Amino acid sequence: MDLSFIQLLWFILIGVLWMGYIALEGFGFGVGILLKGLARNEKERRASLNAIGPHWDGNEVWLITAGGATFAAFPEWYATMFSGMYLALVVILVCLIFRICALEWRKMINSPRWRNTWDWINATVCFVVSILWGVAFSNFVQGMKIEVGHYEDGVFQAVPADQVNTSLDAVDKHFLTGGFFSLLTPFTILGGVMMLALFISHGALFISIKTATGDFHNRAQALAKKSMGVAIILVVVWALWAQLSYTNNAISWLPLGLTAVAFVAAWIFIQNGSEVKAFVAHFVGLALAVVFIWFTIFPDAMKSSIDPAYSLTLAQASATAPTQTIMTIAAVVFVPIILGYTIWAYKVFARRINVDDIPEEASGIDYKQIRTFDNV
Amino acid sequence: MRTIVPNFTGRPKGAHVLDALDLARWQFGITTVYHFLQVPLTIGLATLVAIMQTKTRKTGDPKWQRVTDFFGKILIINFALGVATGIVQEFQFGMNWSEYSRFVGDIFGAPLAFEALLAFFLESTFLGLWIFGKGRLSPKVHNLTIWLFAAGTAISAFFILAANAFMQYPKGASVNPDTGRAELDGMGGFLKVLFNETSLFQFVHTMSAAFLVAGTVVAAISIWWMARSIRITGDEKEARGYWKPVAKIGLTSMLISSIVVIGSGHFMGQHIGDIQPAKAAAMMGTMESGESHNLTLIMDTRDTDGFQLDVPIPGLESFMATNHFAGEESFLPSLDDVNAELQEKYADVYGPDQDYRPNLTVAFYSFRIMMGLGFLMLGVSLLGFWLIRGDKISRSEGWGKFWLWMIPMPFIASSFGWILQEMGRQPWVVVPGENNVFLLTDFGVSSSVSAASVLTSMLVFTLLYTGLGVVWIALLRRYALEGINTKSKVVEYDSTTEAQPNFVY
Repeated sequence: MDLSFIQLLWFILIGVLWMGYIALEGFGFGVGILLKGLARNEKERRASLNAIGPHWDGNEVWLITAGGATFAAFPEWYATMFSGMYLALVVILVCLIFRICALEWRKMINSPRWRNTWDWINATVCFVVSILWGVAFSNFVQGMKIEVGHYEDGVFQAVPADQVNTSLDAVDKHFLTGGFFSLLTPFTILGGVMMLALFISHGALFISIKTATGDFHNRAQALAKKSMGVAIILVVVWALWAQLSYTNNAISWLPLGLTAVAFVAAWIFIQNGSEVKAFVAHFVGLALAVVFIWFTIFPDAMKSSIDPAYSLTLAQASATAPTQTIMTIAAVVFVPIILGYTIWAYKVFARRINVDDIPEEASGIDYKQIRTFDNV
Repeated sequence: MRTIVPNFTGRPKGAHVLDALDLARWQFGITTVYHFLQVPLTIGLATLVAIMQTKTRKTGDPKWQRVTDFFGKILIINFALGVATGIVQEFQFGMNWSEYSRFVGDIFGAPLAFEALLAFFLESTFLGLWIFGKGRLSPKVHNLTIWLFAAGTAISAFFILAANAFMQYPKGASVNPDTGRAELDGMGGFLKVLFNETSLFQFVHTMSAAFLVAGTVVAAISIWWMARSIRITGDEKEARGYWKPVAKIGLTSMLISSIVVIGSGHFMGQHIGDIQPAKAAAMMGTMESGESHNLTLIMDTRDTDGFQLDVPIPGLESFMATNHFAGEESFLPSLDDVNAELQEKYADVYGPDQDYRPNLTVAFYSFRIMMGLGFLMLGVSLLGFWLIRGDKISRSEGWGKFWLWMIPMPFIASSFGWILQEMGRQPWVVVPGENNVFLLTDFGVSSSVSAASVLTSMLVFTLLYTGLGVVWIALLRRYALEGINTKSKVVEYDSTTEAQPNFVY
């Protein structure tokens, strides 16, 4: 089966959605981790939270849209991936659920213990989920225990690799048969650590561009300088490993090179104190990293590490042309509108936050002490 | 009749596999009913808060701003948990129901993607602007952000209900005999998926349920606070100035939506008789085929020849289902007759012994609880209007308590509505609709996910949801108790960029 233009287009568009998710939510996760790493007092934590407050929910929708678009455009990809990565996704979901409540409910009750609890939850789940996204993407690059066959009495019956093309039908399908622990390999764990380092430096850069000059701002910048060095080393090792061992296409050297240029540019900018330029370069670097990953897996949706014949190709995974055409119309009309109001929202809150401007009195109400009615 | 079994995985109903299936169904039920506790409140309250803020802008009265802030807090507390539990919903189709996802993915995924593109971005971005943009945006633009948020919640409901309607009675699709999968009937098929009788009934019925839920919350808190504010402050200023006007908004929402929810429910019930006769027979409790059926109020659903109590209006059930109390047109087929017909029709595909009857107890009593509470809320809303008629206010703390007890009722009604809708659809995950697109639930479950995995996730989600549910209720209760500080300073709007941003944290 050859890949049609519209199938290629949807592979690219889903890549774009992941680029948006990683580059945008990435700093949100970084800021979450740094609530208990960089911020030293309540005002610094509140400055951090006010900085991501208006944006984190919109950033997260990129993930939901990527999931929905994969379901619509490549149903077999969605089905094989989500059922195969079952327990890993449960952990990711638990983290995301905790994070949303931590962000929205922290401000509701005025108590140091309440805030501290939610901040620890926030930092912990951001830490875990950053690693898990790195592991997940690395699995796409490396390939997973994908096989073709069907389950009988709960036991998997594989089709011989050389008969896949003739037997793939309503009975035999692609399955990720390895379970949770098959997703953890030295390469994917390295990818997890890499993603963690990248999100920490992304978060540190975001804090430094969103806060006015002062102690907190300076510490964020200093952390960005240091963490970016670590992150770049990890990116280089991981990307070379990926390129030399796992890529489907030698041409992925090109996005790899561009990713490296973007991250090195970010590093040079931050060393010179150009934090805005550094953030932009880092943002572009994360987006390009997704491009690199997409080049390494094409034309598969999910590579098999058992036998290439078992790989789920994009053509096999694809929905029909009418569905993808409908989706294209929606994307062409609505993505520019979404980008428009998202950019506007960032502009509305563009002004840097001064830690000293944060009011002494924290928001929220005392849980036990109901307000006094002074006209009694 | 199609002879191949769609998506048949060659999986016999061994005990082990059934365990995974049952657990996956339990998990879907638990997470979905839980998610739908927050959803209707968010949908309804978004619009009611938008109306309150518009009143602020139109009247310039700071009182309305304080009211907006009060109910806005409740909206935000609730929305957070709704978003959090909503992500599970989107992932769960692939995680637990991957065979279903493979079968219907060509049709079912698109409404979900549309929902994200058209609704979720709108909701999340503009709620962020609304929460943080106070004092930052001009009053007009700030007011517009909450209306866009409210629009987002309604658009979201439209797409997800269209997706659900496809499972209730698929339209706009047919099965590709080569792959055994359902495929969209060209691009025009998508319009049929979105706009059909089933999806539109569900949209009207669910949206009105949402406004009933939110209206009840607003009216109950307001009426409770009337008497409470008189006791605490010693005068009627707050009760008359704040709570009575707000109570009117809540009661109006309740009255209109309860009429719409009952009316749409009536026609939707008849529509279900057309598309899902087994669900209709089970929810009605039709145990014998015949004309002029009475409406059974209570019966022993385990022994259908046993105890039974009917409403003493002859042919009421026939009227509900057919608009005729008696005569040929009032004929209703019994559950067993419907089952026998389906067994004959699908014998080639699923064998002659497949049971097509949903769980009778669940369908029968869910329907009565939902409907009973719907009528109760209509009555309660009229009672509310009577309590504050003319220049009266409710001074009785007893009535205040009564109203607090009414808050759970529309939530319970909505939950049982969904339990009826989804459990009554069984054993189908996709009911046979146009072009013979259908799938039994047994064949929709992920065959690669073990029972142990599903049990783990189900325990994790149940524990997590229970814990967060306690916090959710505690926060809502605490903010309701806080009430409105009538002397609080109201934010002054300023659209200049030098304005102090609203520090929410």
